[in-house]
Amino acid sequence: MLNIISLISGILFGLGLAISGMVSPGKVIGFLDLTGNWDPSLAFVMGGGVLVTVIAFRFILKRETPVFGGRFSLPTKTDVDKRLLAGAALFGVGWGLGGLCPGPALSSLAYGNAKIFTFVAAMIAGILIAKLLTGAFRKDA
Amino acid sequence: MENFTPVSALIGGIILGLSATLLLMAGKIAGISGILANLLPPSGRDSLWRILFIIGLIIGAAAYPSLGGDMSFMDINPYQLSEGSHYILLILAGLLVGGGTYIGAGCTSGHGICGLGRLSVRSLVSVLVFMAIAVITVFIMRSIIGG
Repeated sequence: MLNIISLISGILFGLGLAISGMVSPGKVIGFLDLTGNWDPSLAFVMGGGVLVTVIAFRFILKRETPVFGGRFSLPTKTDVDKRLLAGAALFGVGWGLGGLCPGPALSSLAYGNAKIFTFVAAMIAGILIAKLLTGAFRKDA
Repeated sequence: MENFTPVSALIGGIILGLSATLLLMAGKIAGISGILANLLPPSGRDSLWRILFIIGLIIGAAAYPSLGGDMSFMDINPYQLSEGSHYILLILAGLLVGGGTYIGAGCTSGHGICGLGRLSVRSLVSVLVFMAIAVITVFIMRSIIGG
């Protein structure tokens, strides 16, 4: 059940990113460019998404187990630590430079652009380097 | 603000929220950076749903223009850099996005759409930090390029 739900959820997510314009680095940079030719569209993307999740998540998480079976796997950390801040800052620089975050980058692989493939390859390399530096592989093994 | 597209942005955003809601009904958080990082390398039977989600992303994004959706807003190179410089920028950006979202445990989807939906303080802080830093980064880029 999880697998089929995940595929449908992924399709919806990719569709939502395309309709909203989030797949375009130009739209993203236009939103972040407060002092330039500002395009507030992305606030509506985030607003629309969070509006749905704030309401729907409450009901879903009231249950002991997920509607479609299995168990909830939710983040357990609650403290704001240096890792969270440093990671968010690094991500912010990368997002401002390329105008791509992980969802739109992976979705845009659909459009067969060499630049997107390059970005995704670098993003994967970035994850692997960060895992190496933080010793994640040692814990996995 | 001639590029402002509030209606398609809101519709797209609502679809993103519904997608995250559907996945949470199966117990999982729709955090793209986490889904990807947990596949590097894939670990056993918890890999298939993650692979299917990413395949779904690509199908969904491909479906929109195939169904007649307007993609004229697409602009891959907003700073209008030369091809060589743009590739170098994208490699640097990719490394930072990959490393940063792994270290910070989430991106625009995991911390943004899902974390804020769960009313997580960690996610709110993360979103405020990466938004602010991204705005500053764009300001610096615009100042350097003179756009």
